Amino acid sequence: MPTSCSACGTSPAALRRPKTGHALCRPCFLAAFEEETHQAIVAGQLFQPGETVAIGASGGKDSTVLAHLLQLLNQRHGYGLHLVLLSVDEGIAGYRDASLAAVRRHQCRSGLPLHVVSYRQLYGWSMDSIARHLGPRNNCTFCGVFRRQALDRGALLLGADKIATGHNADDMAETVLMNFLRGDVGRLRRGAGAGSAGGEGAVPRCKPLRHAYEKEIVLYAYFQGLDYFSTECVYAPQAYRGYARALLKDLEAIRPSAVADLCHSGERLSLRPDLRLPARGACQRCGYVASQPLCKACVLLEGLDRGLPKLGIGKHQRLRDKLRDGQPLTQEELKRLGAPGENEGELPKEQETQMEPGVKGADKEPWGGWELRGPRGLDF
Amino acid sequence: MAAPVSLLVEFGGGAELLFDGIKKHQVTLPCQPEPWDIRSLLKWIKQNLLKERPELFIQGDTVRPGILVLINDADWELMGELDYKLQDKDNIIFISTLHGG
Ligand SMILES: [Zn+2]
Ligand SMILES: [Zn+2]
Repeated sequence: MPTSCSACGTSPAALRRPKTGHALCRPCFLAAFEEETHQAIVAGQLFQPGETVAIGASGGKDSTVLAHLLQLLNQRHGYGLHLVLLSVDEGIAGYRDASLAAVRRHQCRSGLPLHVVSYRQLYGWSMDSIARHLGPRNNCTFCGVFRRQALDRGALLLGADKIATGHNADDMAETVLMNFLRGDVGRLRRGAGAGSAGGEGAVPRCKPLRHAYEKEIVLYAYFQGLDYFSTECVYAPQAYRGYARALLKDLEAIRPSAVADLCHSGERLSLRPDLRLPARGACQRCGYVASQPLCKACVLLEGLDRGLPKLGIGKHQRLRDKLRDGQPLTQEELKRLGAPGENEGELPKEQETQMEPGVKGADKEPWGGWELRGPRGLDF
Repeated sequence: MAAPVSLLVEFGGGAELLFDGIKKHQVTLPCQPEPWDIRSLLKWIKQNLLKERPELFIQGDTVRPGILVLINDADWELMGELDYKLQDKDNIIFISTLHGG
């Protein structure tokens, strides 16, 4: 028989908490987990009464637990929030079908309103159509960049004041590790905060579960009977995050505090004061935060719409400069940017009418022709 | 000789994808000289249930880090982990935390 609960001392313990090593029974764990989330929300001043909060809902474990907790705590403690589920459909056949079905089941059970925005609607391209042009690699680059903006654009459509995402402590630690391994100093500096201030879009973000361990989130979902969807993204095997995640889990197996330690490192990391980071302005085309004239999403879209899908990926600065200066590219160079060979024919366009992004300062110029009308010295 | 042991073995959180998508498996472990424990159960699962990419489920003689194990709804960390001696009618659940969604 397992040891008894260290909180109530009577019931048999159901789990050992990774952060503290305490053994808790099921009811004591559920109560503690809910109370800690509430404390994190209060201490971080994540919400104001009357706000509309869009919960980024993927149908996965983290966002399902987040939506459940926010609804519960909103009622229990009278936060006065209007909660909305916001889902993004990347347009990956079979991938979102099942996860969106999980979101819809949650919607039915909880009664929270649900809003779904698609990549195709937002960008004119589904992930499957991008993958057809790009081949199996690099899809996560597109997917990640587009997803980051998709929640923003969706939240603006809903008139939401805030976006809440289900990122947990393990995610935060992975991100610190990845940014460190990549030398992404700018992200390291702003990545670890609660997110309210350091958001990249027009809508502030918060991560109420950022101190919660993945193990506890999964067990909370299991003990509460929350139904969620889990899969491997069909394009994910190439993703860098997977390796960071596996490394972190291996480290955690020999040093249980590895996750908390890395989060701590990320939060306490300070940069030399003389270190210059690129200034962050607004994208000239869509208004999203960017350190270059065009944000990453717009560069990727530019490549897609020109039939040069690799334009925004990798070390093609010289070719980007040539394009910017209006110089013709050779067949060889076009191929390196992912253009189809001569007998592969024209790329089928999947453009639809662009949805009004509604982003402040958005440039309503149609895609294309930017090298003629765009400012000189445009730099990717 | 240990008597045969009947178990309900469940996979969730995405781990079922390595088992043909089947979440619940009613299994009977045969008689063997040593009593069955989680360590020998994992070997048996690898040989009899695991359909693909065993390295995503088993590392060395234990589960891959990031897979939670529940023994009759209790965290295996409280139950002796690999050394837990299986009882007839036990319910063993493996939940992956590694899959996204
Ligand atoms: Zn208790
Ligand atoms: Zn842009």
